Amino acid sequence: MAKEILVGKASDFKEGDKKIVPNGKNSEIGVYLVHGNWYAYANLCPHQGGPACEGLLMAKVEEVIAEDKTYQGMRFNHDEMHIVCPWHGWEFDIADGQAVADRKWSLRKFEVEVRGEDVYVIA
Amino acid sequence: MDLPTSDIHKQAVKSLDTTSLLTNAARQRDARNYASFPIVDVDCHHYENESISEIVKYIDDPVMKQMGMLYTGGGTGGQTPFNPGLVGYQDVAGRVTRYPLRKTETTPGDDKHRDVHLSLRWMDAMGVDYVCLFPTPMLSLGLHPQPEVEAGLAKAYNRWLLENITSKEERIKTMMYVPFSDPEAAYETVKEFGDHPDVIGFMIVSVRYHAVHSNAYMKTYALMEELGKPLGFHSNYNWNDRLVGNSNRFLVTHALGFTVYNAVHLCNWVVNAMPERFPKLKTVWIESGLAWIPWVMQRLDNDYKMRWSEAPSLKGLPSDYMREMYYTSQPMEMPDNMDVLKTTFDMINADDQLLWASDYPHWDMDVPSVIYDLPFLDERQKQKILGGNAIDLFNLDVSKRFPNYKPA
Repeated sequence: MAKEILVGKASDFKEGDKKIVPNGKNSEIGVYLVHGNWYAYANLCPHQGGPACEGLLMAKVEEVIAEDKTYQGMRFNHDEMHIVCPWHGWEFDIADGQAVADRKWSLRKFEVEVRGEDVYVIA
Repeated sequence: MDLPTSDIHKQAVKSLDTTSLLTNAARQRDARNYASFPIVDVDCHHYENESISEIVKYIDDPVMKQMGMLYTGGGTGGQTPFNPGLVGYQDVAGRVTRYPLRKTETTPGDDKHRDVHLSLRWMDAMGVDYVCLFPTPMLSLGLHPQPEVEAGLAKAYNRWLLENITSKEERIKTMMYVPFSDPEAAYETVKEFGDHPDVIGFMIVSVRYHAVHSNAYMKTYALMEELGKPLGFHSNYNWNDRLVGNSNRFLVTHALGFTVYNAVHLCNWVVNAMPERFPKLKTVWIESGLAWIPWVMQRLDNDYKMRWSEAPSLKGLPSDYMREMYYTSQPMEMPDNMDVLKTTFDMINADDQLLWASDYPHWDMDVPSVIYDLPFLDERQKQKILGGNAIDLFNLDVSKRFPNYKPA
């Protein structure tokens, strides 16, 4: 049966913040506020089990290719933010938890509910 | 502290605590009951450059020692007389956070060296009982233009390591760094340190341009064989290499470099029939993963059948010799089709020849579950690859932690 975990006050989060909350004895959930949306994922990388949510939140890197197909450098695309596992650097799209290098792998996703000032994750 | 996460953003991060970072590894350890059998990590690292001011004191040559003391003191503007200076960023530009945060981790100020404290933290978290410890920047020292610098620094490092690290912690062993650029120094290294109980073998860094089959090394191999301790070839990357460094992405120079250097040395080792000249000298190929081995086996066997006259001392196929060599597992490729990995295991006789390695704390480290969770291995095979094969190969005494240990 699903349980609700109280994460904290919505006003305690500012854009780009995360909070990691316990989910029972041996696991955690990372809760994020990114681009005004709430996301929650298991703190467990599908690769080797690293604490993915304890890593950095980084913007997608893109190559800049000109019309004549020449390479012009790299840039960050802040519209797509990635959760980066600190063990090996696997990157996951914050929007759906999928590994950007191979989208059949993903972080386990949880629903987030905001009621009044309180933020809950449904585990 | 803050880490830059883009050109305009930064993120506040806590100081590094290895035990905390590896909490999930400890959960794997407990869930799989690793405490019930010995786990040996055949390839892990410390950062000897962080102790370089201690190490230079062990250098014999007074002029080199003075230079080292100057460099480790005030410095001379970013240059170093020791490290050939490899360009690279293994930490994926800070994404693997234990790199930029490494210096923030605190250790007790007791008589135990910081490297011992740090090693025991990750060993205990992963459930590792014994390790073979290797340096990090010195893995590039085979490229140094001055053979005498590799020889002088290797000797100082070896002495420092035995006195300050392995002798203080019985769970930490090493395969002694062999300064291969100088054949005489290589021989003297094996002679000086070969019978030390903490020296479980010898290690040649593979990133270099020396021929392993040169006559200059035969007496050294003979001495290793006489001592009964294995010879390991530890690979590395080299972005300055004109072939495997011919890429604008570190991904490529890493993926190719770590395999190709060992592939070249292994091929020369086999076709020059070194296993026939030194039948009791066991070789270990370290940190090249596994996918390259079936490739080399097939290429060598195919050419050998057409060009037998170039390898006339062989008494079997090259792959027959390769099946008797040892390989460390990390960084173990995980193909979508598990049959590919199983076939690789079958081809290299992994039951007896494969040795699990973590490579911790480096960026592409493997935890023990990469072996333990493989669906095609039974419990006996898992325990052999995670520890039993290494215990046999290195004749490790594990009785302090496993008084009733019996080979699987």
